[in-house]
Amino acid sequence: MSKIVKTIAALLFPACLVFGAYVVLHGHLTPGGGFQGGAVMATAAALLLVAGIPLASKHEGRYHALEALGLGLFLFFAFVGLGAASGSFFFNALASHGFFGQAVAPGPNPGNLHTSGTIAWMNLAVGIEVLGGISVILYALREAARGEGDGKAEGDGK
Amino acid sequence: MTVLLENAPIAAAAAVFLLGVAMVLRERHLFRTLMGLSLVESAVNLLLVAIGYRHGGASPIYTLQTEEAAEKMVLPTVQALTLTSIVIGLATTAMLLAFAVTLHRTRGTLDIDELRSLRG
Amino acid sequence: MIAFLQLHAPALAVALPLAAAILLLALGNHAKRLAGFLFLAGLLSGACFAWATALRVIATGTPVDYVFGAPAGAGPLDNPAGIALRIAFRVDALGALCLLPAALLSCLAGHYSCASERVTTGGAFFRPLFLLLSAGVYGMLSTGDLFNFFVFLEITSLSGAALAAYRVDGGLATEAGFKYAALSSLATMAYLLGAALLIAQYDALNLRVLAQALNSHAPTALDTMAMVCLLSALLLKCGAFPLHQWVPDVYSRAPGGVSAFLLVSSQASLYALFRFAFALFPQFARLNGALLLLAGAFSMFVGVTAALAQHDVKRLISHHAVSQTGYMLLGAGAGLWWTAGAAGEGTLATDALASGLFHMVNYALYNSLLFLAAGAVIAATKRRDLDELGGLGHRMPVTAACFGLGAIAIAGLPPLSGFASKWGLYVTSFRLSPFWAVVAMAVGLMTLASFVKVFHSVFLGPQKEEFASVEEAPKAMTFPLVVLAVLTVLIGLFPGWTFDRLLGPAAAVLTGGAQ
Repeated sequence: MSKIVKTIAALLFPACLVFGAYVVLHGHLTPGGGFQGGAVMATAAALLLVAGIPLASKHEGRYHALEALGLGLFLFFAFVGLGAASGSFFFNALASHGFFGQAVAPGPNPGNLHTSGTIAWMNLAVGIEVLGGISVILYALREAARGEGDGKAEGDGK
Repeated sequence: MTVLLENAPIAAAAAVFLLGVAMVLRERHLFRTLMGLSLVESAVNLLLVAIGYRHGGASPIYTLQTEEAAEKMVLPTVQALTLTSIVIGLATTAMLLAFAVTLHRTRGTLDIDELRSLRG
Repeated sequence: MIAFLQLHAPALAVALPLAAAILLLALGNHAKRLAGFLFLAGLLSGACFAWATALRVIATGTPVDYVFGAPAGAGPLDNPAGIALRIAFRVDALGALCLLPAALLSCLAGHYSCASERVTTGGAFFRPLFLLLSAGVYGMLSTGDLFNFFVFLEITSLSGAALAAYRVDGGLATEAGFKYAALSSLATMAYLLGAALLIAQYDALNLRVLAQALNSHAPTALDTMAMVCLLSALLLKCGAFPLHQWVPDVYSRAPGGVSAFLLVSSQASLYALFRFAFALFPQFARLNGALLLLAGAFSMFVGVTAALAQHDVKRLISHHAVSQTGYMLLGAGAGLWWTAGAAGEGTLATDALASGLFHMVNYALYNSLLFLAAGAVIAATKRRDLDELGGLGHRMPVTAACFGLGAIAIAGLPPLSGFASKWGLYVTSFRLSPFWAVVAMAVGLMTLASFVKVFHSVFLGPQKEEFASVEEAPKAMTFPLVVLAVLTVLIGLFPGWTFDRLLGPAAAVLTGGAQ
């Protein structure tokens, strides 16, 4: 790719990540959330791929780790619901605990960030997972298109 | 005229759905089959979103919302369904693409007539 | 503690295999021993909780509700708005009946695959995918909600296709996987379309709420469209005529353990087909009953005639899978036909459906036994053509004995399980019209002929020179075979007990009104 493309891709890369992170973090307040924000962040990875900016191979491996981490966090916060007295799987046990634990009355609200309990945490987890997952798929397809690797993007349908 | 306009999304969904199915059934190239499947997915998503629309309703977001809009919020079930279905569609497409790549590498073609080896 | 685990068992059955899958994904290719342990722990814990739920339902006779995210013990409608908003599981006698063999087979097929995949390819993604598949099957069998079923259906379709294609096999397995994934995704989209048409009218996804709403008035044109979409999608997924073409390709190309468990995921679709046809659309009972009877008769006939001409041992068994699915459809079709009849025909409907369900359970056990045994033969000899195999009874006596028992069961000979359920089907379908019983018996005879041929050409005869060094499959692979064979014999010896305790209540769930 030409130098212009590479430079602009490098410039847009952090912007994409920041915007994606914004969408993820405000998922419980505005339209968007984990999947959408994660997809925007993965666009940043796609940008690097398309512009032909190489990643060190150990960094590519980290997408795998991100995927597993996100999935693990998501399931962890689902299990947290079991810890509450008379809770259930996916129960919002952190609604009034922890960082996102400010209680809100039902109805219109000013949109404080530190509300919603596990929902925000789960958005975060899904954001990480989708960033990792889509990037893994992109890199696997790139590898496959080159005729290397075993070309098997995993079919874990999250 | 208004009847036509109001039902336009549903008619469009039906048209895209049929197009997608026709593509899956008729095309002889795996990539086009895949594109047909994506069309079918989009059609169903379009239908779901169109179902969720209520004339005069407000979007179901409480952040910085007025009291009177909060009275007219639509139930966001179908939007949630659409999102889930988009995510699943992404996974399906990715997996089918991986299969197509593997097939191309092992068999050297993506033409259905040349590929078809499982018979009987 | 036990009360806590019992309360959350329906959720844990799905969540623990998923957790194990995620841990395995994080492990990647490291720590092989730990990975194997985690895999079995995930499968076992999921199966234990599925069994716990199912046994609780069977013992108490009342369905179990579990609403995700709600306060513990709340029902699906217990919220201020009074609408079913959350993800809700509901396991009743029918779901419990299907969960029992599914949970058992997930463990056995997983145990088998551990050994057989080490012999062939193995790999880091195989185990997470298998766990995902089992979680998806449990979800399909326990959910009480139209959309959730879609999600679990997609999970099983995707992981099933990936597993079927896992051993690339020169592109042949990939071709089968592509076919499966593409057809599945078309089917699931048709399913979603049907679900969308129902939401558009009734603003509900919960099956019980929908059943009430649908049956409070004469069916609309949109209801009919929704029914066609939902039922044809499920007919494709369970592999019945005229949408059965993927079955032989996928089952024959997937590794033995995977085909055995894919069969269970098809059973889960069949379960949903029965449930929707009986509970959601009873107003179309005559039409659907006739269609299911026809689909059943054609599946039986087409499957068995295709099998007679086969030379590939796994492909032959796969064709029989289509044919056996036909028997279950026959039972359910007869039941559905009678539910619309006069008041006195209620017990007939329950009997016919119970026979169909009985066959479904038996089929899951003996057909997976056949797949696993055939997989063991293929793994040992690297051959799959009946003309090349032969005389293996000398070298693989356990596999041969188990395959023989499975073959007797599938052919419907007494005293094994296949006879008990086929007899029930003959009797009940004869009451409807002798025609169906004659078809079923003729297909039974052809099945017998086909399996006599298979058993003879694979296991009997003099020992062949090239198989002199073939060894019996490892214990990890023969153990599941023995368990399944013993179960097949036990069910065949005590059909009455199974019928009264498990099948009667399960069938009554559907024929005695939508619960």
